[in-house]
This record gives sequence, structure tokens and C-alpha cells, in this order.
Amino acid sequence: MNRNGNTYTVLYAAIMVVLVAAILASVAMALKPQQVRNIEVEKKQSILASVNIASTPADAEKIYAEKIVNEYVVNVNGEKVEGDAFNTDLKREYAKPVEEMHLPVFECQTEQGVKYVLPLRGTGLWGPIWGFVALDEDMNTIYGANFDHQGETPGLGAEISTPVFEKQFIGKKLFDNKGQLVSIIVAKVGQDAPADHKVDGISGGTITSKGLEQMLLDDFARYEEFLKKKKS
Amino acid sequence: MSEPLFSKKNLKLLSDPLNSSNPITVQVLGICSALAVTAQLKPAVVMSISVTIVLAFANVIISLLRNTIPNRIRIIVQLVVIASLVILVDQILKAYVYDVSKQLSVFVGLIITNCIIMGRLEAFALGNRPWQSFLDGIGNGAGYAVILIIVGFFRELLGSGSVFGFQVIPDSWYITNGGFYANNGMMILPPMALITVGIIIWVQRSRNRKLIEN
Repeated sequence: MNRNGNTYTVLYAAIMVVLVAAILASVAMALKPQQVRNIEVEKKQSILASVNIASTPADAEKIYAEKIVNEYVVNVNGEKVEGDAFNTDLKREYAKPVEEMHLPVFECQTEQGVKYVLPLRGTGLWGPIWGFVALDEDMNTIYGANFDHQGETPGLGAEISTPVFEKQFIGKKLFDNKGQLVSIIVAKVGQDAPADHKVDGISGGTITSKGLEQMLLDDFARYEEFLKKKKS
Repeated sequence: MSEPLFSKKNLKLLSDPLNSSNPITVQVLGICSALAVTAQLKPAVVMSISVTIVLAFANVIISLLRNTIPNRIRIIVQLVVIASLVILVDQILKAYVYDVSKQLSVFVGLIITNCIIMGRLEAFALGNRPWQSFLDGIGNGAGYAVILIIVGFFRELLGSGSVFGFQVIPDSWYITNGGFYANNGMMILPPMALITVGIIIWVQRSRNRKLIEN
């Protein structure tokens, strides 16, 4: 057969495309359940990491079942509503009108009392960033934080998911003395901000740092009523 | 036909890309990813390994198919092979070694666009037998890796004061702690990667005069 003829070329392309599509589709389907499980385990590990509990993929589910004593969904008025906290997709919730949003809360039993873990989601430079922040019972002091991202630049924006960056959040406050929500400022070098509300941003990762700051502010504002109710 | 597997000619396929036909410093391919992932050493190493593996296997597959590929759509066929390989690897990593796949995240996409892979498929695998193509893939992957690791080493050392994430410049040297030293923030930005690659090319050409063009 003429290898430069049109028939050969079209046939070759058609067979190649069908073959490759079949291989990729069947591999993707066969591996799907395992991948979904990995993502769930990872989420549990992140929640545990925000309360400073280290876990491995192997023992994460067991520790999670032990430590996370309660999980529920609240609305922006801070009232409990029906819903599955673990499987709530924040991306979908944030697309809804404010009063219909479901906001998950996880309660974790630690040796220092109950900690409240709030999930967050925002935008970095290249794609979404998200995380979990654990609060002390005063609903003001941060007990721990864990952040992650989809595709921030390694060595720059991606540094938000390193322990060095996350540890800075421990002990910081969300509200000022007057009870106003200030959230946390991710500061550039030399930027002035109250020490209780300030962490150092990442050099070369300014847009990711600012995205993280905005995420904290927006998301804590959504939980503000819940935090105030719980505190009083 | 009965050429030994590691004959002198075959070994040259492995060693040449490390020096006189280095994909980055001589052929000037794959510059884009060399700039993007070398702010730290660890991602540079991970990227080097991934590119080497994909390059070696894509080379073998194209070499096996080389007598059937219609000339007019050969670039498309090459792209399909590279893209499918990368997606396969990505899916398998996500299912079985999830933490590694998380580290690779953006790199996986970057592998597909790496000019070295297309360049080697077009220039070598289309005209050579599978074993030679495999060696060529490993050799060029290693040549790419050497440059990435050198650049990553200097950028991380001078830009962050660490190597592989471990602090090597003593904390007490820093101005903030009363010392005399400060990290060079410029090193972690992409332009310095380009300048570092330039310095490597300069050093290489002054040692290997054959590479100097008139």
C-alpha cells in the first residue's frame, strides 16, 4: 500500500485515534475508584494536619474516625442545617446565593480541648488554592493551618503548602479587641500590620500570597456569624 | 546486524548528549521548563527523571512504528504518543503513588510541551532502531538533567540559602540575625535561570572549542 496516499494516512489516523482513546478511557475507568479513595484519604489527612496531627495514608482513616468527633453544616447566619459536611464541595457552595450556602464545620477532640476546623477555598495565581484552619474554643485564636494548591509555581507560590509557611499561623487572631473581623494579613517585606494578624508572605509568590489573604478574609467572613454565636 | 548492545557507537549515544550535543546548552531545546522548575533542586530532579522516562519510551514506540507512520502526519503521531504516555503515567501515579503525583502536578503537563522530546523523536527515533532510540532517550534525558540540576543547585543555594530544602547557610550569618548575609531574591526569579544557563554555556564553550561557531 502507498504509505503517502490519502487513504493510508486517513486510515492510519483513524485507527490510531480509536486505539489510543480506547486505551486511555479504559485505564482511566479502571483506576477511578482507587483515585477517588486517595483523594478522600488526602482530605482526611489535611483536616488532621490542620489540628497538628501527622498521619500517613495508611492510618489516616483510623485516626480521623477517632479524633473528629462531630461534623456538620452551617449557613451564613451560623445556624445548623441538613447536609453532609465531608462531601460538601465548596466550589459549588460558593457559586450559590449567600443565604443558601452550606458551610462545613469539623470538631476535633484533642488533648487541649475541642478544636473547630473550617475549610477554605480561594484563587491563587494559576488555579484554586484551599486549606483548613483549626480554631481554639475562643473561636478567635488559630490552633493550626494547612494549605494546598492545584498548580502554583514550585518554589514560589507553591510554598504556601510548606510547614514553614503554615506554622506562622499558629496563635494568630481573627478578631481585634473590638470584636471586628480582621482576618490574617499575608504581608510583603516591610509591610506594616498588627503582629497578631500578620504572617510573612512568600518572595516571588506575591499573587498567591494575596490570593491566600483574600481567601482567608472572604471565607472567615462567611463563618463570622457562626464564630460569634459559638463564642457567646 | 550482530552489533553488541553496548558497542562504542551505542555508548556514544549515551555520552554525547552530556557534553558536545547537550540538548539544553548546545541544541538549545527545553529551555522553557529549565527556567520554570529550577528555583529549587527537588522539583528539578523530579522533572529530570520524568522527562528521561517519557523520552526513552516515546523514542522506543516511535522507533517501532517508524516504518508505518505516514510522512505527512508524523508530527501528529508523535504528539499523540507523547501525550498518551504522559496521561497514562499520570493516571497510574494518581492511583498508586498519590503523594508523588501531587508533587509532579504541573510538571506532567510540562513534559508534553518539552521540545527535547519532539526534537529527539523527529531527529533520531524516526530513523533508528528501538535499542539505539532507547539509549538516545536516556542519554538526552541525562543531558537535560545535568543542566537542570546545576542550575537548580545554584538558584536554591544563592536564592534560598538551602540545598534540597536543607538550610546550608548558617542562620546566624543573616542580617536579620545580626550577621552580614542576605539571600539574593533575584535568583529565585526566572531571569536568573536564563543567566545561569548562559554562564554554563559560556564555561562549556570555553572548554570545548569545537562548539564555537564562526
